[in-house]
Amino acid sequence: MTNKDQYKVTKEPFYQAQGDEIALYEAAYRSRLPVMVKGPTGCGKSRFVEYMAWKLNKPLITVACNEDMTASDLVGRYLLDANGTRWLDGPLTVAARIGAICYLDEIVEARQDTTVVIHPLTDHRRTLPLDKKGELLAAHPDFQLVISYNPGYQSLMKDLKQSTKQRFTAFDFDYPVADVEADILSKETGMDKAISAQLVKIGAVARNLKGHGLDEGISTRLLVYAATLIKDGVAPRAACRMALVRPITDDADIRDTLDHAIDATFA
Amino acid sequence: MEIRTIPPELENYWKELDCGFKQVEQVFAGCMREALAVLSRQGAAEYIVNARFLGKMGRGAEPILVFLEIAPNTAKILGEGAMPAIMACIKVLWKSPNGKSITPFLQSLHAVAERLCTAEQMQLYLNLVLNFMERTTGSVHGIHKTFPSPGLPDFLNQAPRLLSSLTIQGLRNWVEYGVRYYNNHPERQIDYFTLQSADSRAVLQRERHGTLLVDNERKLDLYMRGLWGDPEQLIPYSLAFDELRKPQPYFDKLGIRLPDVYEDFVPPIAVRQAHDAPPTVASVSGLDRYRASLAHIAAHRRWSKAIIADNFSPFQRIAIELFEDSRVEYLAMREYPGLRSVFLALHPEPEENACDTEHESCIRHRLAMLSRAILDKQHPYQNAHIVEYVNRFYELLQGGDASTADMADLGVSFITKTRLRSDQSAKIYFKNTEVDYRDDNRHLWQFIEQGDEEETFAEQRNPQSDETLKELPPRLYPEWDYSNSTYRPDWVSVYERIHPHGNPADLDALLNKHSALAKRLKRLLDLLKPQNKVRIRYQEEGSELDLDVALRSLIDYKSGAAPDPRINMSHRNDGRSIAVMLLVDLSESLNQKAAGCDQTVLQLSQEALSLLAWAIEKLGDPFAIAGFHSNTRHDVRYLHIKGYSEHWGDEVKGRLAAMEAGYSTRMGAAMRHAAHYLERQPADKKLLLVLTDGEPADVDSHDERLLIEDARMAVKELDLQGIFSYCINLDPKADEYVADIFGKQYTIIDNVAQLPEKLPTLFMSLTK
Repeated sequence: MTNKDQYKVTKEPFYQAQGDEIALYEAAYRSRLPVMVKGPTGCGKSRFVEYMAWKLNKPLITVACNEDMTASDLVGRYLLDANGTRWLDGPLTVAARIGAICYLDEIVEARQDTTVVIHPLTDHRRTLPLDKKGELLAAHPDFQLVISYNPGYQSLMKDLKQSTKQRFTAFDFDYPVADVEADILSKETGMDKAISAQLVKIGAVARNLKGHGLDEGISTRLLVYAATLIKDGVAPRAACRMALVRPITDDADIRDTLDHAIDATFA
Repeated sequence: MEIRTIPPELENYWKELDCGFKQVEQVFAGCMREALAVLSRQGAAEYIVNARFLGKMGRGAEPILVFLEIAPNTAKILGEGAMPAIMACIKVLWKSPNGKSITPFLQSLHAVAERLCTAEQMQLYLNLVLNFMERTTGSVHGIHKTFPSPGLPDFLNQAPRLLSSLTIQGLRNWVEYGVRYYNNHPERQIDYFTLQSADSRAVLQRERHGTLLVDNERKLDLYMRGLWGDPEQLIPYSLAFDELRKPQPYFDKLGIRLPDVYEDFVPPIAVRQAHDAPPTVASVSGLDRYRASLAHIAAHRRWSKAIIADNFSPFQRIAIELFEDSRVEYLAMREYPGLRSVFLALHPEPEENACDTEHESCIRHRLAMLSRAILDKQHPYQNAHIVEYVNRFYELLQGGDASTADMADLGVSFITKTRLRSDQSAKIYFKNTEVDYRDDNRHLWQFIEQGDEEETFAEQRNPQSDETLKELPPRLYPEWDYSNSTYRPDWVSVYERIHPHGNPADLDALLNKHSALAKRLKRLLDLLKPQNKVRIRYQEEGSELDLDVALRSLIDYKSGAAPDPRINMSHRNDGRSIAVMLLVDLSESLNQKAAGCDQTVLQLSQEALSLLAWAIEKLGDPFAIAGFHSNTRHDVRYLHIKGYSEHWGDEVKGRLAAMEAGYSTRMGAAMRHAAHYLERQPADKKLLLVLTDGEPADVDSHDERLLIEDARMAVKELDLQGIFSYCINLDPKADEYVADIFGKQYTIIDNVAQLPEKLPTLFMSLTK
């Protein structure tokens, strides 16, 4: 049996609630309802799941999905060893066996034929058929499935099937309001509240430009990076250019506008 | 008896001048005294010699009068050494048929000298004038120049104004353009050099120095959107053609008006030296000046509320405006502290005692000081009123945002407190009181009594007229001139209209005729249908090992069965993301019968187009069709047949059925226009198919290379925009030019009768 404790979140992750999402998640978990967390990149989706795993004291198995992932990468496959072949459980199977929260991050990145393997686990059956092994795995009572996806990249190609979407309860995350976000920066990095507020203001400028040359605004995560750099002694303007502007755009006009916003904010 | 106007001490000079004009005699004494004061002894002697020449030239009194008046000061600006070159230039003009230009030349000389400042620059200007003259003076039989240059006098009149916004290099380019394109068209040449024609202004705009609004529109739009969350239309107004009253930025329902160009702002030296201002009083780039204006306007839009104007006197109103300007700027700086340095650099700093309170109206000066003092914490002003009101202003804003009404109270009380008798004086002190990045505050006032304050001459007209627009206004496109490697700006007018409607049943009949072909195409299409990215498993050779299959084979192998060798897999990207624009040449030549069949090329094109449109509709690629023909550069017609959002239905079929041929082929402009639609399509790949039967040509283009080179340039431009252009040419002799335009991206269909069959298959092979 796999060691359950290695998947436990041991230290309390910092998470600033924006609303009643913690209570709602706990309610969903009590009935083991599958949960979907939506929101733009870097707004705290993964942090939230991690925090909930810690709060519920359950193991958390995270899978970062990608386009090359196959169903066997999730479920498991036979491997070769000296005596022939050996079955190795995939992360989803492990989670279902030990009763962990299985978190499929950025699920839309996986191809649609891959994502259908989660279907039997997400309805009343709560089973996982391992057809290659000839086993029908009944999920552990503690098992819960959580997926995240970023509707920002939603293109015609990358979207969840309705049949997948309709198996989940969902949270819609967004960047926190200015005060809360400044608070998060201060608590996360120990940064002075005034500078945090200024960073948040720059973030708001970029978020206003979303759809006008920017696919995504500056995320809370990047703001935290910038705050970390400033805390480390980097001059605020340089830190902002490095952490906030350069990563998100190659468009000269947008870069100029954001650089100007930085100059206008840090007098 | 005759009155002697020449004083005895100038008698010698007067004799030397030897001039019989009465008018000259009247002004001579004054001019000569000035000349003696400004010029050296030798310079004065030359002055007389030159004036004498001008008087004897046989061009009347005017040249010598002008010369006597301007020469001393011009020599003072440029140095006396510059005069011989100027005289040499005049002599050349005199010997040519352009004698009439001498007077305008002299009249504008002083103003030109003021703008150019050095003798070297002046020499460049003189060369420019002579070159201009040389090239535009007409000759009949090739040897003698007989006709004066039509544009030269007008150019000389315009020169000072042009030089105020152009460098000498820019002026040369502007002149070059006019001379080149209007050399054999005297009336248009005059239009160009009097700045009447559109391209004249366009070239002027292109050569201007400074930061142009049009070049930075996107940046400024992003600025408004990003920093202020207040996107609004930005509309430029021109500073170049309004000499008397410089317009100020303003905004209204239609958008924000800003000057078309801002020079970089360099603080005047006097200001920098006075008050020991820190040496870091930086210059402000043109872009930052735009941003400062926009920040001010955005702050008004966010925090200002209109108040009723009727109860305030004009003085009270300007005071209220000033306090309100200061308030919104204060609030804006609270939001973005970095604005302060820009505002400080741009805001004038009037000297405290510069205005004479006895004889001048100091109202503007007083208010400008107050505004400066509010902005600048380190202001040098001692005036008790100013200090008091600055403090009162800050008290009001301590707790919150205050309001426009608070500012109105403050403004009224300021005017009452500081009223002076001289305020009413007509002599208003203006120097250093204009804050040019601020708008004119027209949004701040609401007038209840109409016609009291503002004169309304016309009835308020309803801008939304009931008449629907029959035709879109023309879009102007540049054209490439290969002989000079420049674009002619705004050269071609493209009129877009919807193609007339015909009977869709005609087209269905055509499609029926090709039903066998349609069936074959359908089979091809099924293969092309989008299937997204697919993984191909069971490959002997592939990009990676398919682990599951590999294990199964190994187990088979170990258990003694024959293993499957196809253990690799590969991926194939089958998603189609192609937007297509089909541009059809509808020129006269399409009416000819195709070789070897009894249909015209037009009919064959119709068949081919309908098959292709049907095929692409089946594939589901976004697809548009347009036709074009041209009748000179002023009338290129772009006929909309199918748009991206329209489906292949009766509407489109009807238009296609009504297709008619006529006029000529100006391909470049049509391609540029088609590209601006294609560019907005979100597809990964963009394809512009040009179906034509001949080389680009038009009746107003005598040089047959010209339009070919322009089309080639258009292909290059499109390439830069990520649009792939491909030509399907029906002209068997097309080899001579089509490769020049499209490189390798073309197909020539010799047997036009095969077009209906070839076109769809060609499209499919292009996009497979």
